[in-house]
Amino acid sequence: MTAAGRPALGWWLLILPALLLLLVFYVAPILQVLAISVTEPEPGLGNYERIFTSESVQRVILTTLRICLITTVLALLLGYAIAHAITLASPRARGWWIMAVLVPLWISVLVRAFAWVTLLRRQGLVNNTLMNAGVITEPLPLVWNEFGIIVGMVHYMVPFAVLPMLASMREIDPRLLAAARGLGASRAQVFRSVFLPLSMPGVIAAAVLVFIFSLGFYITPAILGGGKTLMVAEWISLQILDLIRWGLGTMMATMLIIAILVTLAVFSRIVDLRRIFGSGA
Amino acid sequence: MDGIHPPGRTARGLAWATALYLVLPILIVLPVALTDQRFLSLPQDGISFRHFATVLTSPEWLGSIWQSFVIAVFATVLSVVAGTLCAIGCWRISRRATELVRVLMLLPLIIPSIVYAIGLYRYFGPLGLLDRFAGVVIAHGVTGIPYVVITVSTALAAFDPRLEQAARGMGASLAQTLRWVILPRIAPGIFSGAIFAFIHSWDELVMVLFIASRDVFTLPRRIWDGINENLDPAMAAVAVLLVLFTTLLLMLDLALRRRRDS
Repeated sequence: MTAAGRPALGWWLLILPALLLLLVFYVAPILQVLAISVTEPEPGLGNYERIFTSESVQRVILTTLRICLITTVLALLLGYAIAHAITLASPRARGWWIMAVLVPLWISVLVRAFAWVTLLRRQGLVNNTLMNAGVITEPLPLVWNEFGIIVGMVHYMVPFAVLPMLASMREIDPRLLAAARGLGASRAQVFRSVFLPLSMPGVIAAAVLVFIFSLGFYITPAILGGGKTLMVAEWISLQILDLIRWGLGTMMATMLIIAILVTLAVFSRIVDLRRIFGSGA
Repeated sequence: MDGIHPPGRTARGLAWATALYLVLPILIVLPVALTDQRFLSLPQDGISFRHFATVLTSPEWLGSIWQSFVIAVFATVLSVVAGTLCAIGCWRISRRATELVRVLMLLPLIIPSIVYAIGLYRYFGPLGLLDRFAGVVIAHGVTGIPYVVITVSTALAAFDPRLEQAARGMGASLAQTLRWVILPRIAPGIFSGAIFAFIHSWDELVMVLFIASRDVFTLPRRIWDGINENLDPAMAAVAVLLVLFTTLLLMLDLALRRRRDS
């Protein structure tokens, strides 16, 4: 077996650098986070008890879940519209549609948050335009609140929703749609009884992806929330950088990991996880 | 399928609205950057390039752009070398154990960067890597590996393993096989991975907020401070430059893909 065993060792050596880097500089710091959550300020589950006793902890969790669910639903709806259009578009138009999704996906999250602040703040372009047109007399509170967070987060998440849905819609045989039309189904019927059911695996994959990305999202909520509406990630950074409460911060970080892994585990039974992350780049 | 079943009017309208919602807010930074006013606004009496001039002559902005660039280059090298070799190893061995390795490599995409950032803050302290160039390069490089593993694995899926077996059968060493047979075939995939790893590092903010402070002050960090402290048209000028730069990189990736597919 040495003849077969030796080359295998060579291939394993190729894996080694990445594996070591990941274990030493990624997994170890994360494990330390888990460890701190049960050792500081004193050993035990005291930090986790706060989930049941502290109103502020509960409020942050509920706010995060609410915003993430709304974001997921909106990103799915809008993303579905685009993915559907791309699937049925002519090859030339398809390129443009895909650019409209991919370019925003890779544009800096900071640029996008800045653009939304420019548009939505009190003297922003939206409020100024509406006031000049005489539609409103007082500027609307469009940003530094939950509304602003959701607008910015949905904007960030739509491309992530499109990719898995698009992958799944491309597997739908277009002749099925044409056949349904030919047999006398209306456009709405074709969509409801043929296209929608066949695209469901993509929708579920997209939902999982957008939801878990939203849960730990930091930059956009921090900029567009204005420090008043706190989501989990910003709350964690506040605990650690400003209040130096490592135990509480790492407890919430651990909860975040658990929430994400549980979501993935639950849905891995109905949807191929490779589809979620394989199409990410 | 073209023309057989085109989308209806409602579907088309909703798709258009969504595309505009995605693209227009990003485009708005251009007129704002060209304003002749000293505050964030649309141009009033004409366009002006002075806010671009402010950015491109400011030692702070230029210093941060340069730092971000150098960090991204080193981090990309780290991600590409580690990620490519790992993807090849996993592809060739292809057992349960390598499936596990692949899942492990995806962790940085799954776990929110805030969690990793606070972990690194404590982990880097005793190692003397806080606020150090090397520290940021390692953090960005390690979290860039998944992008490379994904793109290279995709490229390998289209590669005929018999070519590798033939090379080995004719007596090529592992290094020779890699150098002459495998790497040239998957080069476009590696370039794609490199572009994504580069953009990842170039844009990364959350980790930098925790593990860097004075000596390492990247571009995203400066933009973050700008958004939180002084909202002026210079910020819009920076945003425009970033949008142009990212779009350029994506076009490069698109051109590479087109060449690979044809």
